[in-house]
Amino acid sequence: MKAGKTLAGRNYGPAYSYPMGLWFTVFFLLPILIIVVYSFLKKGLHGGVEWDFSLNAYVQMFQSSYAKLFVRTLWVTLLSTIISIVLALPCGYAMARSKYQTLLLFLIIIPFWTNSLIRINAWIAILGNEGFINVTLRNLGLITDGLPLLYTQSAVVLVLVYMYLPYAILPIFTAMDKFDFSLLEAARDLGATKPQSMFKVLLPNIRSGIVTAVIFTFIPIFGAYTVPLLVGGKDSYMIGNVIVDQVTKVRNWPLASAFSLVITVFSTAGVLWMIGTSARESARKKTSAGVQEAVQ
Amino acid sequence: MSNGEAAVKGCDITIENVSKSFGTFHALDDVSVSIQKGEFFSLLGPSGCGKTTLLRIIAGFESPDTGIVAFDGRNILGIEANQRQSNTVFQNYALFPHLSVYENIAFPLRLKKLSSAEIDRRVMEYTHLVQLEGHVQKKPNQLSGGQKQRVAIARALINEPSVLLLDEPLSALDAKLRSNLLIELDSIHDKIGITFIYVTHDQSEALSVSDRIAVMNQGKVLQIGTPYEIYESPATQFVAKFIGETNLFDATVSACNHSGPEDYMVTLEIPELGGSIKVTDYDETKPGQQVSFTVRPEKVRITLEEPPAIGKELNVFRGVVEEPVYSGFQSKFYVRLDNGTLLKVFKQHQNYLEDGPEIAWKDTVYCSWSANDGYIIEVINQ
Repeated sequence: MKAGKTLAGRNYGPAYSYPMGLWFTVFFLLPILIIVVYSFLKKGLHGGVEWDFSLNAYVQMFQSSYAKLFVRTLWVTLLSTIISIVLALPCGYAMARSKYQTLLLFLIIIPFWTNSLIRINAWIAILGNEGFINVTLRNLGLITDGLPLLYTQSAVVLVLVYMYLPYAILPIFTAMDKFDFSLLEAARDLGATKPQSMFKVLLPNIRSGIVTAVIFTFIPIFGAYTVPLLVGGKDSYMIGNVIVDQVTKVRNWPLASAFSLVITVFSTAGVLWMIGTSARESARKKTSAGVQEAVQ
Repeated sequence: MSNGEAAVKGCDITIENVSKSFGTFHALDDVSVSIQKGEFFSLLGPSGCGKTTLLRIIAGFESPDTGIVAFDGRNILGIEANQRQSNTVFQNYALFPHLSVYENIAFPLRLKKLSSAEIDRRVMEYTHLVQLEGHVQKKPNQLSGGQKQRVAIARALINEPSVLLLDEPLSALDAKLRSNLLIELDSIHDKIGITFIYVTHDQSEALSVSDRIAVMNQGKVLQIGTPYEIYESPATQFVAKFIGETNLFDATVSACNHSGPEDYMVTLEIPELGGSIKVTDYDETKPGQQVSFTVRPEKVRITLEEPPAIGKELNVFRGVVEEPVYSGFQSKFYVRLDNGTLLKVFKQHQNYLEDGPEIAWKDTVYCSWSANDGYIIEVINQ
């Protein structure tokens, strides 16, 4: 303790983090503060805001058309998230048990090398009226008219799943990789069927990976706007699109801020949930480690 | 040893001509073993000998390329692991980390959807059996290694299987705990009376608790017998070397004297010992055969004075103590014989009077054993 007080023994470690803290305060917290403040102001005539307290933005937000849009966004987000997780589970399982883990991980990461807009446009080339699927089916003589694949709600969900599946696979793979697969044999030995061993042993043990995967997919999908804009129809608008429109076209910045705040609150709630879960987990591990020491 | 109070339960296990390869590696090569109801049967061998593969085939985690595995005469190879009358205690315990001790042990019963009162009754019964009362609410990572293994044993027994399969269950524990748990395991076997199949690479574990042992090497069963048979009359050089310590020599049969019905005195020429020795042997050895001869170190007497030659049946060799190793209840001596061969001799310490004068480093000693303490293991060629 005394050594800590002498100049030479002082620990300067925390000081190194001050620039980082400053950076985050200025460039992360400040914009959020601006959004919060703007959402309680009056809309300016030609964009911008007037410095006058008003709850107008929030009143507008509760219009029935926006309510519908909000419910749709939530529905599309939930659906895409669930599909992503359901697809990621067998992927993660196969990767964790594979001899070619590095190669498979590499394959998952490859799509990130290409700009997301280009990848979305690739889907237009696949799903469009003159796209790959319709042309193939027409050439096979199975259909005469093009199938309406593009500009639908399904196209939005499909492309959203495509975009965010890697974010679900990676944390689930990490959890699966740490899982002791001999536990599945133990479960089978004790009388569990194959599905029972999955649901009663595998899933509870990779819970943290699934939670992370849900957060990593739910949050970005909830705020997505390029995918519904490019492959969705007129009924595919999501909150993200409204925000973009309010900022660039309608120029109602307070309303855009209010919507942004809703997304932020939802996302923050998710992150807090995740932090809470992992904190409880590590607390449990810490106490057990203490007991282990006491035993030895 | 088992049997005794408890009625013999469990089932017979017949393994016939089982072979299993992984790629080009022959894990099991035409293995046949039959295990009796209620027997404590050990599969003993070095790592990679196929003992664990055989256990996994019995458990249902692997299926053999050829051969039959039958419980009570019924072939079980088509039956899934979760439907078999066997339960396994795994080497790494394989406890479910997300469940408490109670829920781990209750796991098989919950799958059967028994009433919670029934589950409670049976979990308490089996935690009592393995002496884990007071730990039921803990998570596996709060337990010591020995406690984890007790949970694994209780969990494997609660389904009341006919066969308990134990895959090196004690190998992760320290020596003292290992011997205690081994005795406990034996008494559990006595209480429950089902068939135990115990896989181990530790010959002392196998010798101390097994009714019978199958010694395996390179996918083959070399010998099946009681611990006494395996130790006293090993079938091959490998068995002799793997079980306990021994002195092993190549020898040539020079004379066989079958003077009486009880007297089968064989004379062996052993170049390594620089002379001939006498050994009683009841097999039909013939002069001129190349054989493998063994004498266990504890059967060799070590004395400072030349022992009186009583009859011609005592084999005596002189040498110098090269390395005495004192270990309390016994001493090991590595004796360099006059012709240069190293002979292992173990001397059991008893009491002051019987022990005689202490034998020390560089003492000249006489090593002797009588003809019926040596053993001809196998005929190498005709």
